[in-house]
Amino acid sequence: MASRVLSSQMVFNWRRNPPAILGTVIVLVCAVIVVFGPLLVSQNPYDLRQLSLLDSYKPPAWLDGGDPRYLLGTDGQGRDVLASIVYGTRISAMIGVTAMLMACAIGTTLGLLAGYFGGRLDALIMRVADVQLSFPSMLIALFLMSAFGTGIDKVLIALTAVGWVVYARTVRGSTLGEVQKEYVQAARVAGLSHAKIILKHVLPNVMTPLIVIATVQVGTFILIEASLSFLGVGVPITQPSLGLLIKNGFDVLFSGLWWTSVFPGLMIMAMVFGINLMGDFLRDELNPRLK
Amino acid sequence: MFAYAVKRLIQMLVVLWAVSIIVFLMMSFTGDPVFMVVPIDATDAEIAQARRILGLDRSLPEQYVLFLQNLVQGEFGRSYVFRQPALDLILERLPATLELVLVAMLIAAVVAIPLGVFAGANPQNPLSRLIMSGSLVGISLPGFWVGMMLIFIFAVELRLFPSSGRGATVEFLGIRTSLLTTNGWHHILLPALTLSFGTMAIILRITRAGMMEVMRQDYIKFARAKGVSRRGVLYGHGLRNGMIPVVTIFGLQLGDLIAFAVIAETIFAWPGMGKLLIDSIYRADRPVIVVYLMLVALIFVVVNFIVDILYTMIDPRITVK
Repeated sequence: MASRVLSSQMVFNWRRNPPAILGTVIVLVCAVIVVFGPLLVSQNPYDLRQLSLLDSYKPPAWLDGGDPRYLLGTDGQGRDVLASIVYGTRISAMIGVTAMLMACAIGTTLGLLAGYFGGRLDALIMRVADVQLSFPSMLIALFLMSAFGTGIDKVLIALTAVGWVVYARTVRGSTLGEVQKEYVQAARVAGLSHAKIILKHVLPNVMTPLIVIATVQVGTFILIEASLSFLGVGVPITQPSLGLLIKNGFDVLFSGLWWTSVFPGLMIMAMVFGINLMGDFLRDELNPRLK
Repeated sequence: MFAYAVKRLIQMLVVLWAVSIIVFLMMSFTGDPVFMVVPIDATDAEIAQARRILGLDRSLPEQYVLFLQNLVQGEFGRSYVFRQPALDLILERLPATLELVLVAMLIAAVVAIPLGVFAGANPQNPLSRLIMSGSLVGISLPGFWVGMMLIFIFAVELRLFPSSGRGATVEFLGIRTSLLTTNGWHHILLPALTLSFGTMAIILRITRAGMMEVMRQDYIKFARAKGVSRRGVLYGHGLRNGMIPVVTIFGLQLGDLIAFAVIAETIFAWPGMGKLLIDSIYRADRPVIVVYLMLVALIFVVVNFIVDILYTMIDPRITVK
């Protein structure tokens, strides 16, 4: 499976595809920020002892009144915008990836069960998916968050609830096809248990299309989380994601203090753009039909 | 065709029923609404009394039956905050949201369809690549941030457009609209543009994909061979068939636009039902939230229904079973 996905053909194509290289570089830079974030910036923006109100609303360093210590300026509490972005990126990216993994695990399991066993279970899961798909994810997430209240754990649950459907549908479709094939019949005749057939034989053969879905979904989740936090029903103020940083910046935008909201927005855009570039490349590579 | 329509209508009712259960359950697990209606210094007896009036002293299934009965009769209760029927509050703001959504849809279509046709008909052109990268950036942008940037550039710095409110409205056929006044258009442009970005990118990509698919077909080669002009091939033969998926996407995007209108309305203080929803969430105004969700669910299933019917009418190859 891994050998099929990371074939030398794919590496060859990747090297000749500048957008794909750009996307990979962006995603790698984001990964470095997520892993080593606090080591890269001098200030911990959420340690009150490191903040000074005297340094509040400093513009970016290259403008008049800018302070070389704060490259992208500071916010109302004297927090370094760059440091806030690094910490915010960690929260945004971690929510996106974790929620994707949860949605993928639950959706894939349900899709395998529905496709393999069929019958009532299949009908039930697919009807629920149909109903859910007729509503935009953003609205469902907003609704769930309005019921749950703020919190990272609640955002993760809401995003998982929104995201499982697409895996369940895709996996069910491919599983229906695989179950007909000889190798599954052979495994049945050989007397393997259902669990073993599903995990060892069906699952590896239905996973390829999920790679594209999962990649793009991380970007979608980051955007939905940012929107929820912007509306005040996402992460709590003690753990601000990039979306919440933008919300805080919105309040002072009318006074011309643009740097507290412009830079976090650019960071989200860059991160999601990189993810989408990679998603496009993977789609072309893994779905030869669409080429 | 008729049998298909009836079958889809029954499906719609089932979906709405499922939504009513979900809405009811979610609402039941979010705090106790009794404290929204009684004064802070209410006695236990008064609280019990209010609980009885709201029907909260009954079992959950009984409450649901009551909830469903009220729903079917169009009786949604009064807003805890405004002390007015919740349905009236939402309906009063519905036109503002719809006109925002329609203008956003219009902007998206006018910009995206020509660009998508061009990119689909000339896939190797450098300009097409630029258009496609642009659309990918469009998908990657947080909508609310775009709105803020528009406010900063056009309202704060250049002072060309107002940053909030709906402007002057006039009554037309019993509906208050801002689309018939210059001042109204002046106000709607920035929020509608903000809302249109995501849809623009998606319609562009679907149009391009549809065109690329169609341009490969034999009838296009045939039209070229018989000497039809390039423009004639593109618009007469290509676009008509390439548009089929675009129609579906328009329907689906309508739902997304209504959902994302919540954000655009919040940023631009647009007095639509999305802003009312956010305000009601903050104030735990349960009846208003319920009306909003049920109304939006109704709009979605109706739009999906219309799209499905239209689809079979545009493309005669699709036969309904």
